[in-house]
Amino acid sequence: MSERAATSTGFGRVLVFVYGILAFAASGRATFELTTKYTEAPFPYTLSIIAAVVYVVATWALATGRRTIALATVSFELVGVLAVGFSSLLATDKFPEASVWSDFGAGYGWVPLVLPIVGLWWLRVSTGSTTGG
Amino acid sequence: MSGLQIVLSVLAALVALVLVWHIVRDEQPGNVGFFGLVALEAGLVVQLVWGLVRVADDHRGVSVFPYLGYLIGALLILPIGFVWSASEKSRSGTAVLLVAVLVLPVLFLRLHDLWSAHV
Repeated sequence: MSERAATSTGFGRVLVFVYGILAFAASGRATFELTTKYTEAPFPYTLSIIAAVVYVVATWALATGRRTIALATVSFELVGVLAVGFSSLLATDKFPEASVWSDFGAGYGWVPLVLPIVGLWWLRVSTGSTTGG
Repeated sequence: MSGLQIVLSVLAALVALVLVWHIVRDEQPGNVGFFGLVALEAGLVVQLVWGLVRVADDHRGVSVFPYLGYLIGALLILPIGFVWSASEKSRSGTAVLLVAVLVLPVLFLRLHDLWSAHV
C-alpha cells in the first residue's frame, strides 16, 4: 500500500506494534496448545485460538488502515476479554487450563484488557485518509 | 535468571532510560541509544546460541516449542521494532523502540520459568 494509513502513523505506530507482539504471542501459544494438548482442555484452548485470530486480523487492519475491520475486531476483542475474564472467574470448572483472555488477560500483564479500549479510542481520534475495508 | 539475562536486563533498563529521555525531550535517539540497541541485539544472539545448545542437551521436563519461540521472539523483536519505527520520525517511533526494549526482560522471565521445569 503506497499511501500510509492514518491508523498506523503517530501513536498508531506504537499501537500496531503492541498488537503485533500480542498476535505473535497468542498465535504461538494457540499453535502449541492445539498441536500438543488440545484434548486436555478443548474449551479454553479454542478460546486461545479465537483470541489469536482476532489479534492477527486486528494488527493487519490497523497497520493497513482498514477501519471497518479494525473496529469490528477490536470491539470483538473487548467483548471477548470481558466475557472470558468474567467466565473464568465464575465458571472455574470450564477453565481447567488458562486461555489468553482468562482473568482479563492477567497472564499478559492485563495488556489484553487495556489494549482494546486504547484501540477503540485511537480509531475514534485518528483522522485522515481511510483506505476502505 | 542466568548471568547473561541479568546483564541484558540491566542494559535494557539503561537503554529504556535513554529512550525515555529522548521521548521527553522530543528528539530523535542518537548514537548512545543506537549502539545500546546494537549491544542488546548482540547479547540476544549469544542468548539464542546458548539456549539452543542447552535444549539440544538434556532438557527433560522443559517445553521445547515455547522455549524456542521465546528465544526467537527475543531475537526478532528489536530488529522488527527498529524497521517498524524507522518511518516514524517522532516520539511515537522512539516509543516503539521503548516497547520492544521493555518486553525483553519479560521474555527473559518466561524463558527462566520454562527452563525451571527442568527435572
